[in-house]
Formats: sequence, C-alpha cells, structure tokens
Amino acid sequence: VRKTIRVAAVVAVTAMAGAGFTAGNAQAAKALKCPKGISIGFMGALSGENGALGQNMVNGASIAFDEWNKANKTCQVKFDKSTFKDSQGSPDQASPLAPALVADKNVLGLIGPGFSGETKATMPVFEAATLPMITPGATNAKLSTNGWKMFHRILANDDKQGPGIVKLMKKTAKKVGVIDDASEYGKGLADTVRAGLGALKVSDTQIDPKSSDFSAAVNQMKAAGVDTVFYGGYYAEAAKLVKAMADAGVKVQFVAGDGVLDQKYIDNAGAAAEGSLVTATGAPADVNPAFQAKFKAKFGTDPAIYSPEAYDCAQVFLAAIKAGKTNRKAIAAFVAAYDAPGITKQIKFTPEGEVAGDAVYAYQVTGGKLVPKGII
Amino acid sequence: MHFKVFLDTFWPNTIDGLSLGAIYALIALGYTLVYGVLRLINFANSEVFMIGTFGASSALWLLGIRTESIKTGPALIGVLVLMFLFSLLFSIATALALEFVAYRPLRRRNAPRLVFLITAIGASLAISESVGAFGSKKRDTYAFPRVWNTRAKIFSIGAGDVQVRNLVTVIGAILMMIALYAFVNKTRLGRGMRAVAQDSETARILGVNVNQVILLTFLIGGVMAGGAAFLYFLYYESTRYSVGFLLGVKSFTAAVLGGIGNITGALLGGLLLGLVENYGSALLGGKWKDVVAFAVLVLVLMVRPSGLLGEKLGRARA
Repeated sequence: VRKTIRVAAVVAVTAMAGAGFTAGNAQAAKALKCPKGISIGFMGALSGENGALGQNMVNGASIAFDEWNKANKTCQVKFDKSTFKDSQGSPDQASPLAPALVADKNVLGLIGPGFSGETKATMPVFEAATLPMITPGATNAKLSTNGWKMFHRILANDDKQGPGIVKLMKKTAKKVGVIDDASEYGKGLADTVRAGLGALKVSDTQIDPKSSDFSAAVNQMKAAGVDTVFYGGYYAEAAKLVKAMADAGVKVQFVAGDGVLDQKYIDNAGAAAEGSLVTATGAPADVNPAFQAKFKAKFGTDPAIYSPEAYDCAQVFLAAIKAGKTNRKAIAAFVAAYDAPGITKQIKFTPEGEVAGDAVYAYQVTGGKLVPKGII
Repeated sequence: MHFKVFLDTFWPNTIDGLSLGAIYALIALGYTLVYGVLRLINFANSEVFMIGTFGASSALWLLGIRTESIKTGPALIGVLVLMFLFSLLFSIATALALEFVAYRPLRRRNAPRLVFLITAIGASLAISESVGAFGSKKRDTYAFPRVWNTRAKIFSIGAGDVQVRNLVTVIGAILMMIALYAFVNKTRLGRGMRAVAQDSETARILGVNVNQVILLTFLIGGVMAGGAAFLYFLYYESTRYSVGFLLGVKSFTAAVLGGIGNITGALLGGLLLGLVENYGSALLGGKWKDVVAFAVLVLVLMVRPSGLLGEKLGRARA
C-alpha cells in the first residue's frame, strides 16, 4: 500500500509540475510583458567621414528590432534616433555623449561604440553605470585588457587577424615575403604575421606609403624568389604595390589584411589584383542568406561591413529581454553567460569580453570582385 | 647590412633607380631655374607637376579611354602626343598662375624673401588640398588604363629587365634637358635669362624685360614639370592629389645635391638620388630609403656646400 501511495504521489507531483510548466510556457508565448519605453542604445559615426560605417551598424541591428517588435506587441524595445548617439567616430565627440546616454534609465544595453578610439574614451562611463555594451566594430586588441566588465566585442580583434592570415598562407606558401607600410596598423599586423611565419618568411621590407615608387621592395621580392607576399597596409598602396609587382613580372600570391578589403583596391590595381587573398574580421554580406534577404528588402542594398555583427549584437540583448531581464545588471550577467549561435559565428564571450574561437574571414578577388571564402 | 639582397637586386634597382631619378631631374629643373633667376625656392613646383599628371589623365578621359586598350602605330603616337600636350598645358597654366597670383604681387610690393617662401608653401598646400577636396575621387588614387604596352621587355642586364618604360623615361628626360640646355645657352631669350640670373638690376638697365624673363622662367619650369608628369604617368599609370609632395621634396633635394641653379647638376643630382635610394633600401632595408637619400644630401653639402657641380646658372661663366 505504501508503495502505491508513493507511486501515486510521484505521478501527481510530476503531473502538477508538468502542467505548471506547460502553463508557464503558454503564457510566455502568449504575451511577453515588459516595462514600457525600454530601449537599446547605439553610439558610433552616423555622419562625417566614416558615417557610412555607423549607418551600416544601425541598419543591421534594426532588422533584429523590427522582427522583435513585430512579434512582441506587449514588449516593445525601442531602437531609434532617440537612443542613437552620433559621435562621428571621434573620441572627442563621443566623450560628452556617454553621460547623456547612461542617464536615460530606459537604455538597458548599448550597441557600439563603433570604433576603437571612442570606445576607449567612453568605456569608463559605461562601466560606472553598469551599462552592458557590445561593439560590432572596435577591433583594437588592447580594449579588452582594461578589466572592464561591461565590455564585449562580437568580432575578432586585430591581434587575431595575424594568426588567421598565417594559417591561410601556410596552406600553400613555401617562401613568403612580408612588406608593411610602417603605419601603426600595417606594421602591427605584419609583425604578428612575421612572428607566426617563422622560417617560411624569406624576405622582409618596408615601403613609404607616401612614395609612388616601390621598385626597391619589388626587386627584393623578385630576387628572393618568393611565391607569396603578405602586405600590411591599406588598399591604396596595396593596389600600387600589386601592380608594380605584376609589371615587373613577379608572379606571387598576394595576401593582405582588412585594410585592403575595398573594391577600390581592385579598381586601382586592375587585372593585377586578380587572385589576391584579403582577410577580415567582419562577416561578408552573404554570411546568412535570410538576413541578407531581409536587409535587401528593407534597405535595397546588400548588408555592408559590420551590419551582420550589429544584428548579432541586437540578438544577444533581445535574448536577454526575452529571458525576462529588464535591468542593466541582469542583462550584463546574461550577456556574460551567453552561448548561442549567431549569424556570423557562435556567440560566446570570454571573461575579458572577447568573442571566443576563430573568427577571421577570407575573401579572394575573383572576376574583379571580392568573393567571400568563409571562416579561415 | 643585407649584402646579398643588395647584390641580388643590383641591376633591377639600378634600372628602376635611374628611371625615377630621371623624373626627379626634370622636376628639379623647375626648382633650379626659378631659383637661378629669382633666388626663390618655388615649393609649389611639386603641384605644377601634380596638376600635369591630371592633364595626362584628362587627355585619356577626353578620348573616352576607360579600360585597357593597347594602341600601336599612328593611333598610339596620336594618343601620346595628346597626353603630352595636355600635361604641358596643365603644368604651364599652373606655373603661370602661380607667378601671376602668388609671386608677382609680392614682387611689386618688394616683399621680403621670407614672405615669398611662405607664399610658396601656402600655394603648394592650397593647390594639392583643393584637388583632394574637390576632385571627383577626392583623396583616392586615380588609376588609368594602359594605352601603351610600356611593360614589354627590351633587353636584360644581369637580373634586371629593361622595359620600354625605363628607356622612354630616361631618354625622354635627357632629350628635354638637352633642349633646355640649348635654349638657355644658345638663344637670345636664354641669354636674357642668364643676364637676369647674374644681376637683375644691371640686366634691366641694359634693356632686358625682367618681368618677361621671369614669366619665361616659370613657363619653362612648367614645361619641365609637365614633361615629368607625362613620363610619370606612363610609368606608374596612376596619380593622386598628394603625389607631388614627396616627389617634390626629393626633386628639390636632387636640385640642391647637384647644385641649385645648375641645369646639368639637376640631372646628375636626380639620377644619383634615384640610385642611392634604391641601393640604400636594399642594403639597409626599406625603412631606410628616405633616410639614406637625405643623409647623402647632408654628407655632400658638408664637403661641397654649393652642391656637386656648384650654382652655375647665376655665375659669370656662361
């Protein structure tokens, strides 16, 4: 008899629990309720020289908010001009905007700042106000070394690109020449590549980007008999360099970092650019066809650089709100523990706020266009 | 010291160094002539060159050449002549505009020499920044389609290939300089130039129209810069608003190296600088290229303060 009672009790408890669970679920599906006026902020360049980049971010994220607000009538999350802070990408302009942003208690999270300089300048303010942020574009590696708990970066930082490039070159290269433009970005990237290549690197030099003549560097590569050349620098000089090599009859696989990821590289170098490999930490336009289609339907163009990343940033915050987190502290904790696939990659943050795992993409110039080749 | 790199790249670096050196030499003549006659360093000469490269590209644009189209025979000669004329036209117009707008008003007011120098630097910045701000591609590179297969190899010296562009640049520059030398030394107008260079007051008293001579000097400087622009454009097939800056500084260095005011000195200085840069770059590494160029200048000036061949245009010898 005792046994029967026990079984009955177990059955009853299970049934109740099951019923309760189902009921709770049904309620969530019916209507997720949250405080009125909650919003996610944005900070970045929306005007000025780099205004297009910030606009790319806002556009990408807005796709996620449109979907959410359509599906959740009783839990509207604002993401519009009232919560956008246009810093023009400059640290000086961003600094006074940050306190205004954190003062708005309805702002629960921040997408951005878009660039590294402004992130460095404003991060202490967000940190003090416990405002969790996820940047879709600031890639300076040092940003994650400040002990900021609110800092998250959804794409690989500059230091991860070098190892990605080395991995890419090691697939085919036997003798590599490395050239850089002596800029902070170009030399920095080239130095990580140099370190990673080891004995594969047989020739090494530097060019002056202000110069028009790169013949000394080209002749050095030719004499060394390299099969692959890595260039650390920007597209304008990369175009001249790759053309100068082709003109001098140097046939090599040309490889460069995201400073060269620009159609103007191909426009300026012409046929010489064909076959070049270019890497980037940002995902290509077609990384997710569904996203690409939605983006095209709303804006009439393909997603541009940083749009997919911004969409992923938005998804992380919306997942937090879906889980019932409606204050900054709870959202910050949720973001720190987040681990789910995004459209650009698996989204999971290290304690420092870096996205975990490989996240460097390769492109190859094919038929005069930069064609995505996926994650290296 | 990378002796192996230096030896391996010796011939190619010599060929490319001489080619770029020839372009330096032509631009250097603009500095040298104006200095010889006016004792003025016309820093805006680099922009006279820059505008000239846009002249050559405008010719291609006007002809409707947008993609690579290799021409041969009369068609090629026609295109080249047009490009050359446009380069000259653009450069001469810029040089004369500088004289009329920037320098002549100052001379009329007897402005001190320092004012001329600052005006020259200001004019240089104003011109290049205007092109950067208002040009159709702003601060980006303007790349142009190939009309002449200047990359065809003619012969080799050691590991170095001599291409059509190398020969055209060096021979073109030398021909222009011979013409200039003959003009300055053999013609009546050239004699006027030399007279003003020696002593402008006495020349004026003896009936030389000094303002006309100065205008002529700017015009010839423009012709040389225009020629350099044409050759540069054939050689590199692209241009940019800032293209004159470093080339201008290097050409000025070449002029001082050879002896400012001295026509043969400009040629020698230009070729030498082109070679030394490439050799230094191979021997010490690419980042030392500019250091080597200016170190050589300092060393030469320590031994010969007026340059390798001295300041000749203004001397009584001619």
